[in-house]
Amino acid sequence: MSTHIGFDFTPPDVPGKVTGEIKYAEDYKREGMVFARLLTSPLPSGRVVGIDATEALRMDGVLGIFTADDLPPVAPPGNPALASEYVSFVGQPILAVAAITEEIAESAIEKIRVDFERRPFVVDPLESLSPGGANAYPEGNTLVRTQEEGPEGTPIRGAEIRDIKWPQSAIDALRAGKEPAGGEFTTEWTFGDLDAGFAEAAAIVEEPFVTIGYPHHSLESRTCMAYWENGKCYFHGSSQSQSANDNGLARMLDIDPADLVFINEATGGGFGSKIGPYPYMAISGNFAKRLNRPLQLRITREQEFYIGSARSGMQGWIRMGVKANGKVSAIDLVVVNDGGMTGAGSGNSSAQHVTVAYQPENMRFRGISVYTNTTPRGAQRGPGQNEMAAVLAPIADKAAKAIGMDRVAFRRINAIDSGGFQGGGQGPVTSAFVREALDQGMRTFGWAEKNALAKQNGSKVRGLGVGIGYHGAGGRGYDGLVRIGPDGKLYIHSGVGNLGTYSYAGTCRAAAEALQVPWERCEILRGRTDNHLPHSSGQGGSNTIFTHTRTNWVAAQDAITKLKEIAAQDLGGAPEDYTIGDERVFASAEPARGLTYAQAAARAIELGGKFSGEEYPDDINPITQRAVQGLAGSGLIGVAKDNIPGEGQPPGILVGFCEIELDKDTGKIEILDYTAIADCGTVVHPKNFENAMRGGAVWGVGLAAFERHVYDPQNGLPANTGLYQSKPPTYLDVNVETKMGAVNIPDPQNPTGGRGIGEPTQGAAAAALASAISDALDGHVFNTAPTTTDMIINHLAGNDYSTKYLKTNTF
Amino acid sequence: MPSYDVMPNMELYQPVRVEDALDIASRYADRGWLVGGGQDTYGWLKDRAKRADALIDLSAIESLRGVRETADGIEIGALTTLTEIAENDLLKQSYSLLSKAASVVASPQIRNIGTLGGNVSQDVRCWYYRRGLSCYRAGGNLCYADTPQGMNREHSLFETSRCVAAGASDTAPALVALDATMVLRSIDGERTLSAEEYFVGPAVDIENTTALRTGEILTAVRLPKAWANATFYYEKVADRNVWDFSLVNVAAAFQVENGTIQESRVVCGAVQATPRRLQNVEQAIRGKAKGAVTAASITGMASAGARALAHNGFKIPLMENLVKRAISA
Repeated sequence: MSTHIGFDFTPPDVPGKVTGEIKYAEDYKREGMVFARLLTSPLPSGRVVGIDATEALRMDGVLGIFTADDLPPVAPPGNPALASEYVSFVGQPILAVAAITEEIAESAIEKIRVDFERRPFVVDPLESLSPGGANAYPEGNTLVRTQEEGPEGTPIRGAEIRDIKWPQSAIDALRAGKEPAGGEFTTEWTFGDLDAGFAEAAAIVEEPFVTIGYPHHSLESRTCMAYWENGKCYFHGSSQSQSANDNGLARMLDIDPADLVFINEATGGGFGSKIGPYPYMAISGNFAKRLNRPLQLRITREQEFYIGSARSGMQGWIRMGVKANGKVSAIDLVVVNDGGMTGAGSGNSSAQHVTVAYQPENMRFRGISVYTNTTPRGAQRGPGQNEMAAVLAPIADKAAKAIGMDRVAFRRINAIDSGGFQGGGQGPVTSAFVREALDQGMRTFGWAEKNALAKQNGSKVRGLGVGIGYHGAGGRGYDGLVRIGPDGKLYIHSGVGNLGTYSYAGTCRAAAEALQVPWERCEILRGRTDNHLPHSSGQGGSNTIFTHTRTNWVAAQDAITKLKEIAAQDLGGAPEDYTIGDERVFASAEPARGLTYAQAAARAIELGGKFSGEEYPDDINPITQRAVQGLAGSGLIGVAKDNIPGEGQPPGILVGFCEIELDKDTGKIEILDYTAIADCGTVVHPKNFENAMRGGAVWGVGLAAFERHVYDPQNGLPANTGLYQSKPPTYLDVNVETKMGAVNIPDPQNPTGGRGIGEPTQGAAAAALASAISDALDGHVFNTAPTTTDMIINHLAGNDYSTKYLKTNTF
Repeated sequence: MPSYDVMPNMELYQPVRVEDALDIASRYADRGWLVGGGQDTYGWLKDRAKRADALIDLSAIESLRGVRETADGIEIGALTTLTEIAENDLLKQSYSLLSKAASVVASPQIRNIGTLGGNVSQDVRCWYYRRGLSCYRAGGNLCYADTPQGMNREHSLFETSRCVAAGASDTAPALVALDATMVLRSIDGERTLSAEEYFVGPAVDIENTTALRTGEILTAVRLPKAWANATFYYEKVADRNVWDFSLVNVAAAFQVENGTIQESRVVCGAVQATPRRLQNVEQAIRGKAKGAVTAASITGMASAGARALAHNGFKIPLMENLVKRAISA
């Protein structure tokens, strides 16, 4: 029977967040600390011809400047910390100035003269693909991967820039909502027989779509502070992850990972933009080293917009064939991604969403990601999947309507189950119970009852929507590390970051559960490298719950094995004669014969070797090896790599149901009801599950109705660099209450039964809202994310709304 | 332009008497910057898109705060916060149009700090201008927004003259609708202007949004008895329901007798640099029954003369709909 999994608890950092006592990177000060500020590019594209900092360097209190020449060169398509020869977006950092106060550093910025040579620029991918269109880089306009894409959030490796142009006919076709015949793509896959699939279809729906990228705007900007002592770099940063930063950040600082202490107790949001070390970390660490002073590089709100990453936008086209029985027989999908200055698009992930949400019998995907002179792009909550969910839901509704089928029934027929597949490779999933989620959602939401209600109420019209969100939700092969101290307490060492989801704590419950230790007798060690933290995954991709309940579980199993071995060695018999309970290891047949955990830990220290960490398994990561070495001799060590057998991708899937009132006079939407039902295996931490449901719903509203990049195509300037201008939804723009639930069927490949669910919470809400907007307007398909107030008003007034022609970054 | 967010060095004055503030304002003239709640000020200064030698902080002048009854209505100190206005019983009772307008400005936090004087004296919204580009309004010789490719979704439909930026105040249309009087003081004495005269468009003065002269301070706003307890309608439509500027707003006051509109003042905000009074609508509905039939009869009148830019055409039907709602409510 579960003692920890599935029960609420208070993660240990919550009181500090409530009282304000917890510290973020910017809160840390150090004696003698100096301040650096960035000088950023005013141009979207150009060449730096000269930098004259003479006047700034003469100012009292100015300590020096730091340029790309002070860092190893980064060849395109890498995202350099500081631009060297070429600048490729407005806001790109060119140099840093350090001074004894922030005011002096900022005034010094004003005294530096940078001479540029202007270059052509482009903010719309289709413009760049057009014959004669400008390229964002001198080398070309398209990122072409020469090796397989790494996990989300990891730097792009194995890629080159090419110059690809489409015939004007293909550009014109896509802008007019047709298949861009003759266009060249860089990613293509097909399964099944597309033509046969469409031939079987009773109805075929063909639609273009556009989604616009928007910034992560993490509330905590990526301010860093670094100092060096005795050859070690102490680095305060803002990251979603902990141990996953070690190797990359050490490389940036040109040190052995053993000489890095990365400190990150709390993080004020990352949303995918802080999964691994970001390039700008190199400035703080190396500038501090050069000046031999603690140095804080504070990133302003505006700079966080520039360098804090953004979701990629899409311009695309889809053709969906549906059989008379509702089964999706064929899908043909084209995605042109706006990759910003980093070139990374999420088209393949968008296609993956399509495969999971509708399990098409035959499908083709063609994609290309195009550089634009806009901000760097990267993973953002459900990258590719969630924006696809938002535009796809009304299109799927149209397909259902074409064959006269209820929209939920349509999704139910096409729902993935445990025998289903995901992605173009049609890989297996660990388990899936989406039909159960849809059924539960229909009941909770009252789908049938609400469909029977009157639609019109004065100027207001009711709309109902349903949506599916999906993201892969788990990884394998990382390490777990626990220690039973001579005080009998269980110390759970977690290399998982604290991005605000509290999954670092939820996953530790697996170790407590396995070792049957009351939570108040457990302590989590985390937040800084010198707390001896194991090799853990990056905190991205909704993976932590699955990945690290497993690592903590296997570490606990190792500890249990050692407890039994010590007991057998000291008290006689064989290890398998022993069991655990009540913080003791004892003979199953004679419970009085046993050792307390405290006694066993003391014996482990005496015995040494594997029992107390002097020896450790060969297959654990060097990061974990160092952590174990640091703990050796301090207790009974449980350490193991997750070698739990199994195959397939654990899916995180959410279904959302939304009811809105749309005011036809004003274009305003009021969300009356939102219900979310998760298929995420066993819910490990109910309170946190609820928070994820609410938070994801809020951002889903943002994706579907508010947030977008706006660039002026005349000068490449971003219009909405501020947080308020980016319009994340507020408390008054979202549903008051989120009704929520979970199928709660355990995943067979996780000892706790859990799978992740973070990212799909946004996608399902966005999809359900987009579906409801369409329903309110008699099935009108906007084909945009977001669908903003002006678009709705223009539609109702019979005006062309300005996204009729597909384009990203501009209206 | 580099990205800044630290206040530059400047003198700071924090007078506690109006007279002292007027002296300082006069001394610094156009090199001084008057600040009330600071909600518009600090962005300009921290971004270094505008500069001043001295910041004259009026917030310690108690005599500029509060809502007072006068012989001819109500006088509101210019430093009265928007929250105080939204919650004031006198205003809620007799001039609820202004209470409502104040209650939907920005966000609760901003309303707690922001003042009526600041709200009606704030600069126009145009992201090009606020970014520090050298446009007409900033002393340059071009407009970035009024071009076929300009990103001008929030900009003006009317009364553009080189500059197409829209006014941002939610309370300004309410003050025009209430026929408010603005009280302006300088070291030379006091003068008053009607709210309509106080707000100026780019054709009159492209660098200023009000008729405030150098060295003058807006000290109070007076609401006349003539429009107390009229039938009011206020509605703001913004993308977000909080922390956002109006896409269009409407403030309307009606003198209604037996269901018939005797007099009215109907004003829209965010459609030009100043509140736009719709006198054609007011004339058309005079003597008509307040309701849906009359509202339907003025179709096309509210937006007559509008010139849509590339991306703000949606404001035309929105404006039409809001004015109709005001009449039919």
